[in-house]
Amino acid sequence: MLDALFWHRLHFGFTITFHYLFPQLTMGLALLIVLLKWKGYRSGSTLHDDAARFWARIFGISFLVGVVTGIPMEFQFGTNWSRFSQFAGGVIGQTLAMEGMFAFFLESTFLGLFLYGEKRLSPRGHLAAAIALWAGSWLSGYFIIATNAFMQHPVGHALGANGRLELVDFWAFLFNPWAIWQYLHNMTAAVVTSSFVMAGVGAFWALSHKFSEQAALNVRLGVTAGLIASCLMVFPTGDRQGKMVANHQPAALAAMEGLFESGPNAELAIIGQPDMRSRKLENPVVVPGMLSFLIYGSFGSTVVGLNDIPQDHWPDNVELLYYAYHVMAGLGTLFIALMAICAVQLRRGKLLASRPLLWALMLAMPFPYIATTAGWTTAELGRQPWVVYGLMRTADGTSPRVSAGNALFTLIGFSGLYLVLGILFLYLVGREVAHGPRTTPRQASGPALVQEAA
Amino acid sequence: MELLWFATVAGMLAVYVVLDGFDLGAGAVHLYVARNDVERRMVLAAIGPVWDGNEVWLLAGGGALFMAFPVAYAVGFSGFYLPLMLLLWVIILRGLSIELRGHLDNPLWAAFWDAGFTVGSALIAIVLGAALGNVLRGVPLDGTGTFHLPLFDSFWPGPRSGVLDAYTVLVGVFTLLALGGHGSLFVAFKTEAALHRRCMRSGAWLWGAAGVLFPIVTWATVRVAPELPGDAAGRPLVWVLVLAVIAAVGTLAGGLYRGRSRVAFIGSAAILFTLLGTAAAARWPVLLRSTLAPALSLDAYAAATSTHGLRVAAGWAAIGLPLACAYFVFLARSFRGKVQVAPSPGHPHP
Repeated sequence: MLDALFWHRLHFGFTITFHYLFPQLTMGLALLIVLLKWKGYRSGSTLHDDAARFWARIFGISFLVGVVTGIPMEFQFGTNWSRFSQFAGGVIGQTLAMEGMFAFFLESTFLGLFLYGEKRLSPRGHLAAAIALWAGSWLSGYFIIATNAFMQHPVGHALGANGRLELVDFWAFLFNPWAIWQYLHNMTAAVVTSSFVMAGVGAFWALSHKFSEQAALNVRLGVTAGLIASCLMVFPTGDRQGKMVANHQPAALAAMEGLFESGPNAELAIIGQPDMRSRKLENPVVVPGMLSFLIYGSFGSTVVGLNDIPQDHWPDNVELLYYAYHVMAGLGTLFIALMAICAVQLRRGKLLASRPLLWALMLAMPFPYIATTAGWTTAELGRQPWVVYGLMRTADGTSPRVSAGNALFTLIGFSGLYLVLGILFLYLVGREVAHGPRTTPRQASGPALVQEAA
Repeated sequence: MELLWFATVAGMLAVYVVLDGFDLGAGAVHLYVARNDVERRMVLAAIGPVWDGNEVWLLAGGGALFMAFPVAYAVGFSGFYLPLMLLLWVIILRGLSIELRGHLDNPLWAAFWDAGFTVGSALIAIVLGAALGNVLRGVPLDGTGTFHLPLFDSFWPGPRSGVLDAYTVLVGVFTLLALGGHGSLFVAFKTEAALHRRCMRSGAWLWGAAGVLFPIVTWATVRVAPELPGDAAGRPLVWVLVLAVIAAVGTLAGGLYRGRSRVAFIGSAAILFTLLGTAAAARWPVLLRSTLAPALSLDAYAAATSTHGLRVAAGWAAIGLPLACAYFVFLARSFRGKVQVAPSPGHPHP
């Protein structure tokens, strides 16, 4: 039996990875739905409203799975990480509690109104509900990222006499520079995911010669938003996030890049596998000097390698961190390439006639999910061996009275439950996609949850 | 500041019980009061737009507890590890049941999720009650400041009892009856005709049964936590709340007697809120009572974060809580009136 620490980490890692598959779609879709509702409101055409209604149904399913898999996240701070909660709760509890009060209430209220209230609200009111829903979901994202940012780069705190962290500077904590760049990077990635899903569904309809007007609209909006968001994801947000890591977590940066030797002209590894025994990159394909340039703006700048960092400060899984980072960065580059080609063909009016590109758009749908998962793996493995960077080691954060066996038991339980959830999600979303957009507001004969005036 | 946050957290959790209580209760009686597909869709339509917002009070209350009293959150949640995980799984099942039932027009699909909704809601109600029972009875907090409880051990309340013992199960059953009555009255308030009448009846019966059980619960509470009446008697707030409970019971009885579902529901909500308020006011400042020795209990002062942190949070909560209430009122107003659903598109089932 492995020790409890391993199971607690896998428990949190698994449940949060699965959970985040859903909010990334809903946060991005919330913005795209606002755009559709806005255009529908301005033009008075039913095409945009029909599209918004279709995506609202997908949003509803994804939101539901996000909610039910999100509740265990808050619980796990207490159940599996009680020493970490005691240590840091006074600080990170602020943003977690604010998320509940400022974001969740807003989100849940306007979700009900947006999904079930189209016939009760005026078009303007329904647009306003969509905007409130978008605001709620993006606010929720900020509070969670600010919580994570404190764990990555603690600011605004002091160590109290009782050995627990205390809040000293609320505004410094809330507007942690790490939080701001990570938030922008994360939210543009969420828009990438939803744009790819939107373009992919549109491409599927176009390829199957169904709902041609809707297919064209979805491809157009998906590709446009996808190109803008993919570019913003790399620059400036990804760039600034990388510099943040270099400045505050040099060990994480060195491991991400597979850099063992310190020195100027540090090379950027494109391909290669870190070999931890001989401390070098195997079969490397590198761009000399590029890493120095990307971080410090000059080729001659020195980047610190792992060899010059004490080994007990190294992230404890260098290989996985390296691969996760390279999968994220590689996919991000490919996303820009694909969306740029599609956008050019779209402008020339040839995208919807190009079956190879439509196939590529459709098959690209899962990859933003892989990229965001790899991105968060990079962030969280890079933070190791700390649970609060430089202040508390992950090994010291677990619940002392929860045994390895108990953690393994509930991990298996969650795995089974989430497998069923995933199948249900794919089945229900697949049905919606096959059924296509609906042309009238939700009728009582459709879903159960419909309210009408007495 | 500790007192303010103790009251805020207790108040938020009480609001959670009142609000999520009615959709849990509606779920618990769902299979019984709603006899066909149309009626079942009416129950779901009554809670559909609000249940998620109601559940947010649990998350927000939990978040506030985490922020204000991180030690209590950490010790309590890790001590109740398995029961909380089981509760999470049931919460997931129940949330899916509410939302997924309407996605397919198939009687077997609907029957499955209807059963999930009822079983899940009833289980959550019992577990919430048992959790309250554990807080009132206490847990074996030891010198390390932590505890670990088996699910059940010696079923008789005492130093060797687990999460479930005769007392906590009693509180769980009481909670199921009370929330079942509360939920029935909410559905009665939102519906008409046969469903309305059946809900008024089940509301009266379930609250009646809870009323019969209440003296036994009170007696048992005094038995497991003998210091409680002495602590409570000296506090004027406790007496005010006890009077409020009596007034709320009067409102409920009057509403039931005159067949006014709205009055009865308000009375029912007030009973739940004031009862929980009484328990919290009597318990202050203890967050987790130790069954081993009174000195080992965890109180609000020892569990709290710094005064500065509590003050900052009081600042934003003064904006956030009224906003949350305003959203809720807005939502309730947007969906006011009785629910109506179209006649069954598919096959009615028994």
